[in-house]
Amino acid sequence: MASLSKAVNTVQMTPKKLKVKRFVPLENPTNTYLTDEKGIWAWLTTVDHKKIGLMYLGAVAFFFALAGFLAIALRTELWTPAKTFIEADTYNQLFTLHGAMMVFFVLVPSIPAALGNFILPMQLGAKDVAFPRLNLASFYIYAFGAIFTFLSLANNGFDTGWTFYTPYSSDTNSAGIIWVTLGVFILGFSSILTGTNFITTIHKLRAPGISWDRLPLNVWALYATSIIQVLATPVLAITILLLAMENILDIGIFDPALGGDPVLYQHFFWFYSHPAVYIMIVPGFGIISEVITTFSKKTIFGYWAIALSSLAIAFIGFLVWGHHMFTSGQSAVATTIFSFLTFLVGIPTGIKIFNWVATLYRGSILMKTPMIYVFIFIFLFSIGGFTGIMLGALSVDIHLHDTYYVVAHFHYVMMGGTLIALLAGLHYWWPKMTGKMYNEPLAKFAAVLIFVGFNVTFLPQFIMGAQGMPRRYYNYIDQFTPFHQTSTIGSYILAVGFLVILFYLAHSLIKGQKAGPNPWNSRGLEWQSTSPPDFHNFSHTPVVIHGPYDYHQPMEEFQLGLAVDHEYGDEQDEVAAEAHASLDTETTEA
Amino acid sequence: MANHSATHPKHVHHHFVDSNQQFESAKLGMWVFLVNEILFFGGLFCAYIVFRAWYPELFTQAALELNTFWGAVNTVVLIGSSLTVAMAIRSAQNNQKRGLEINLLITILLACVFLVIKYFEYEHKLHLGIAPGSFWNPTPEIAAVLDHPKANIFFGIYYMMTAVHGLHVIIGIALMIWLYLRARKGHFNSEYYTPVEITGLYWHLVDLIWIFLFPLLYLIE
Repeated sequence: MASLSKAVNTVQMTPKKLKVKRFVPLENPTNTYLTDEKGIWAWLTTVDHKKIGLMYLGAVAFFFALAGFLAIALRTELWTPAKTFIEADTYNQLFTLHGAMMVFFVLVPSIPAALGNFILPMQLGAKDVAFPRLNLASFYIYAFGAIFTFLSLANNGFDTGWTFYTPYSSDTNSAGIIWVTLGVFILGFSSILTGTNFITTIHKLRAPGISWDRLPLNVWALYATSIIQVLATPVLAITILLLAMENILDIGIFDPALGGDPVLYQHFFWFYSHPAVYIMIVPGFGIISEVITTFSKKTIFGYWAIALSSLAIAFIGFLVWGHHMFTSGQSAVATTIFSFLTFLVGIPTGIKIFNWVATLYRGSILMKTPMIYVFIFIFLFSIGGFTGIMLGALSVDIHLHDTYYVVAHFHYVMMGGTLIALLAGLHYWWPKMTGKMYNEPLAKFAAVLIFVGFNVTFLPQFIMGAQGMPRRYYNYIDQFTPFHQTSTIGSYILAVGFLVILFYLAHSLIKGQKAGPNPWNSRGLEWQSTSPPDFHNFSHTPVVIHGPYDYHQPMEEFQLGLAVDHEYGDEQDEVAAEAHASLDTETTEA
Repeated sequence: MANHSATHPKHVHHHFVDSNQQFESAKLGMWVFLVNEILFFGGLFCAYIVFRAWYPELFTQAALELNTFWGAVNTVVLIGSSLTVAMAIRSAQNNQKRGLEINLLITILLACVFLVIKYFEYEHKLHLGIAPGSFWNPTPEIAAVLDHPKANIFFGIYYMMTAVHGLHVIIGIALMIWLYLRARKGHFNSEYYTPVEITGLYWHLVDLIWIFLFPLLYLIE
């Protein structure tokens, strides 16, 4: 392994011993990443992956609140079949903005750039990601892209739907579309930089002993995600660039009036945007794998099956984009092939679900908030997944295409999947990130509110969609009124749920109880550091001799580090190297 | 990650264990970035393939308007610059400060020559009214030869591909000026030449993409 330190290399040459000590993390760390550098300027210029992760988390939360607020406005408008309180044109702009923001500003960066940034280097025992300055740059590129989107709103806005389909998007003479597409173009670079950074970090910065078969599944998931980010995002970039040129110069590649092909745009767009939904959901799978083992106190069932199914999803995800275009007029042969390939995605996803459920079997399950979110995830995501298979079936899709059924399916996988997983991860790692606990009963209450609110909002949309209610419509016929009204009430319950979360998390920051280094008694490497962690994550170079889910091994064997002098750090219970003679070779081989 | 006080050379960032790990990471990062670049251009190549399949006669006809001679000169110029950038890396590895500086300067010069030739090609086309999109307004002589109704699409693709490539050349020049300034300050030696190496990788890709663009756009028979 390339990242082994010189110290280890010398050990390899001199007969056996790697000198290992036990490092028990401090209960009350005095020196943490939060106290290391202070002031707003230190935050804005930091290259620390933990602070950048938190800045991303703040930005994502901000955009989620904004786009969520739009969703509430949209649902309120749909209370009556005709106008309730917004004009039709505004309505079109609002649902476009809701979709574009939720996809590009919230879901894509949410887990990798916010939680992943914080947790990935810690799970690898690294001090930082491979390119810390690029990491900071990616955050500012993200902010810059956001500014462009707001500029678009100041320039007539855009009402194309988040997919920017041509020729409507290229013919509409609105400066707003140019601004927002350039904004999305810029955001893509932020995503690419994060992906590049993660791939390099995972390959080159693993601590001694973390071989590929000891990678936490969260890392495997982020690895698969990063591959998709690097391979798919540039295609979106060039598509968006061509669209902008189409708008500015009329170069005629997508515009049928000039001899171009609008369906080519759809191919380009979905070549990115279908893999992009896996950019959003696969990191969620990683979080679920982490949380489910910690709260079952049991080794994960089917480690390799889960790890490789992430890669399989990344691979198959590139071959199914045509299922968004069954009604676009692409050839019947292509349509049939895309339909069959779409069914294939169900296999690796199913493998994951079965392995998670098998992990629960005979575990000692601890029903804490993150675990409750895991159960919500499995329930909602399974519904979302199955309805996805139905939409992949050709004949069914012709009926359901562009109806509320698609809207409901997408929200079940993206909100019921990604966002619930994000909440699971946020509650799971919150003590690590802040050093504080949150109010557990309130957190459980909020989880129940969200679960109920979510289903009340989106289950009626499946029924409406199956009965033919088209998506994106401002008016609807009277027979859909009860469904729309139920859905609107559900969205209010959801909103209350999120407000409760906001309340107790803010409360936890100010008055939360001290969490201690490892409140869940996890075997994961990130929990063997103080809470909140040291600026360098660990006061020592961690040495790993077990997999991250080996709950049958004693805790002290997870608290090892290289016995090299450090400026700070708390060295206790020196575990004699002889006592772990077997681990010497194991570690150095890795 | 281990002890980073005494043995850590100045150029190694704090989060790396040693110089080698940093070099390997930078190189892998650049390769990942290059993969991403290939997919970025891949979209353009894909558009090229689609429209060439639809209007094959347009492509053969329109390609005649491109100047093969100057295109070929530019190809030689870029391949030459790839050689000099490789020699610059070699000089850095061998601690030859002077050689590194000279080779970087020649590379910058060749890249500028490429852009100047490209400028004159563009200028000539715009003069004839062969402009992208809504500026398409060919002179009667050109319109007589290029009587294809979709002729603007070929040049739309031509301008997109060469302009995006040209942008990469400009970025490459900026990077190499930065390298040159650092080289003069003696920042690079056989122990540390990572920026030279990875900029070289980038430059080879810019060259490689042109090697595909040239036959696809200029040499269609």
